[in-house]
Amino acid sequence: MATEAHGAEGGALELVFHPMDQFIVKPLFGDGQVGMFTITNVTLWMGLTILAIVGLLVLGTSGRATIPSRIQSIAELAYGFIRKMVEDVAGKDALPYFPYIMTLFIFIVFANFLGLLPMAFTTTSHIAVTAVMAMMVFLTVTILGFVKNGAGFLSLFWISAAPLPLRPILALIEIISYFVRPVSHSIRLAGNMMAGHAVIKVFAAFAPMILIGWIGVIVTPLSIIAITAIYALEVLVAFIQAYVFTILTCVYLKDALHPHH
Amino acid sequence: MEGDVVQMGAYIGAGLACTGMGGAAVGVGHVVGNFLSGALRNPSAAGGQTATMFIGIAFSEALGIFSFLVALLLMFAV
Repeated sequence: MATEAHGAEGGALELVFHPMDQFIVKPLFGDGQVGMFTITNVTLWMGLTILAIVGLLVLGTSGRATIPSRIQSIAELAYGFIRKMVEDVAGKDALPYFPYIMTLFIFIVFANFLGLLPMAFTTTSHIAVTAVMAMMVFLTVTILGFVKNGAGFLSLFWISAAPLPLRPILALIEIISYFVRPVSHSIRLAGNMMAGHAVIKVFAAFAPMILIGWIGVIVTPLSIIAITAIYALEVLVAFIQAYVFTILTCVYLKDALHPHH
Repeated sequence: MEGDVVQMGAYIGAGLACTGMGGAAVGVGHVVGNFLSGALRNPSAAGGQTATMFIGIAFSEALGIFSFLVALLLMFAV
């Protein structure tokens, strides 16, 4: 995002950096252009995400103990949590689609938490990444709705509970809100992750002010406390945004399976 | 000169778009506040409605996100 140059203003402010610098996609080896198959920091952190998931869900449960070990019970808790969510929100007949929703949740939650490590790259902070996931959900749900219900899926937009003169207006609003879904679905996750990490970096830019003058005696401790507090908030947000993404997927799935209001 | 004025307008607009955050904040606060006041009246029913609360938060937050989207478009697309 921040591609333009933004050097230090003066000698004393050498430490100033741009809060959006952390989101720059750059090649891992060398300084060449980022092409289709360049190995970038995004590739690295997505790979680490997959490795962490494999470590928890495949290696962690490989023991198949009746009395689960600590790591196995974490994997079982995650499984049970998402399964219950799908069942509660989307209904029992949505359970065949549970693996997809579980995949989405686990990937997002691991990407969010790995992004919180210092010096890490948050893959979910890029709209390109979240938009792919949201578009896949949108296409899946739309195709599924038409396959399961045929033209009856369109009754999602024709609200028979409303008075007849209102229905065309409501249908228009419903159609607009239906097509806006992938936009809000993707930008909610990307925006939350990007904003949180940018805020941390903004406070981090104030932290070294103790080096440039007496004002830093007040500003530096305050900004370090603020970084800590916002980091704690971000740990919460990382989980909640993954949860919200997943639960909205369940809601959209419910609309596709039962379009009648 | 004209380009500078357009640029200035885009930046001012991007800043103004941030006021949309306030609306989203009011909406989310309203959802959670009402959930809490209901939950304290009937705590036994609260557990089953947490998912509904998060859906409500997500929907009211979506409109705040559109202001963020407008700010992004003004900053990088205009």
